[in-house]
Amino acid sequence: MHKFANPARFLRISRLITPWCFILTLVSLVVGLYWGLFVAPEDYQMGSAYRIIFVHVPAAHMSEICYGFMAVVSVVAIIWKHPLADQSARAAAPIGAAFTALALLTGSLWGKPMWGTFWIWDARLTSELLLLFLYFGYMAVWEAIDDRVQAARIAAVVALVGAINLPIIKFSVNWWNTLHQPASLLKSGGSGMHPDMLWPLLISILAFYLYFVTVLLWRIQTLIIRRQIRGLQMRLADEKNKKGLN
Amino acid sequence: MAFDGNTRAGKRKKKRLYLVLTTMTILVLAVGLVLTALEDSISLFLDPSELKERNIADGQHIRLGGLVVEDSFVKDSDGLTYYFDVTDGAETVSVTYKGSLPDLFREGQGVVLEGKTNSKGPFNASEVLAKHDENYMPKEVMDSLKKRGVYRDANEEESI
Repeated sequence: MHKFANPARFLRISRLITPWCFILTLVSLVVGLYWGLFVAPEDYQMGSAYRIIFVHVPAAHMSEICYGFMAVVSVVAIIWKHPLADQSARAAAPIGAAFTALALLTGSLWGKPMWGTFWIWDARLTSELLLLFLYFGYMAVWEAIDDRVQAARIAAVVALVGAINLPIIKFSVNWWNTLHQPASLLKSGGSGMHPDMLWPLLISILAFYLYFVTVLLWRIQTLIIRRQIRGLQMRLADEKNKKGLN
Repeated sequence: MAFDGNTRAGKRKKKRLYLVLTTMTILVLAVGLVLTALEDSISLFLDPSELKERNIADGQHIRLGGLVVEDSFVKDSDGLTYYFDVTDGAETVSVTYKGSLPDLFREGQGVVLEGKTNSKGPFNASEVLAKHDENYMPKEVMDSLKKRGVYRDANEEESI
């Protein structure tokens, strides 16, 4: 694992992978969304309005996966003190925030006609909103603290502490009375969805995973290169100073 | 990646690992306790049984959740007021509501009602929200299931 954790080697390998990830993202996104939005049959109760799940469910799922990823690499960062782990978590945060915002927005749009309200303070919706604020808080730590080592350490702690919210989001619909329905995909006795609707949803979820990997790799590359540029600038400034002294 | 407990760096890594593990355990326990203590306020609604058990004083603002009883739905002659019963399988509460109903509202479906407790008459709802279950099915499949009598009505399911 240390082999891949070398930033230079990471850059080389990830640059080979990202174009392929990008192509796969595009293909699966087009297939999943076209199948879900145009081909899949209408729901017996909601008609076409249910089709928002082909965006809502993958976005909500990824909002949790992304934070989970940040928590895991933050543990690596705290224990092994590897800079690439810090950069990975930092790179993931805005992507996760976008997934969370998309999940909240699409859910709200569906909630108005179906439930009768845009928003309700039930356990699922509230904990998901808390997740959005955790992402913002995490990103704010990186922006607010100038000392990079200290910023990395505090950000990692925020990511870890916030991870307690993940099982709460996931199981909120089972632990408490909520307006939000329980999970359709992973429930006892198989999925609550007809296969004609389930397949396009699974492909959409795959597309969101691929999107996450693609953008994450891009963002880590950018962060590494930015670090390298900063290092070069500092060396340049050093050399200028030396020349000035001579 | 392994911990080499004999080196100094390895010892420090081990120490940090234990620090992370103990801190997270304590935090999870603390959050768990808080959530258990707040269980009632986190739950969005009471079901009819809880409403009866608790003997809540009249005029309290609460949310009531349950399934709309089949064949209980009546529309008043003014076209705006609705009467229906809500059940959790054990207890049933009569409800009156004046206003517009969400798309998913129908008999056998889960609903969440906002209103004030009233032990003398029916529960007077100020807002009706429909709950969707976790099942999605094409129309044709549902029709054929109903025809064959395979489909179990929402009323028979244990949860809403």
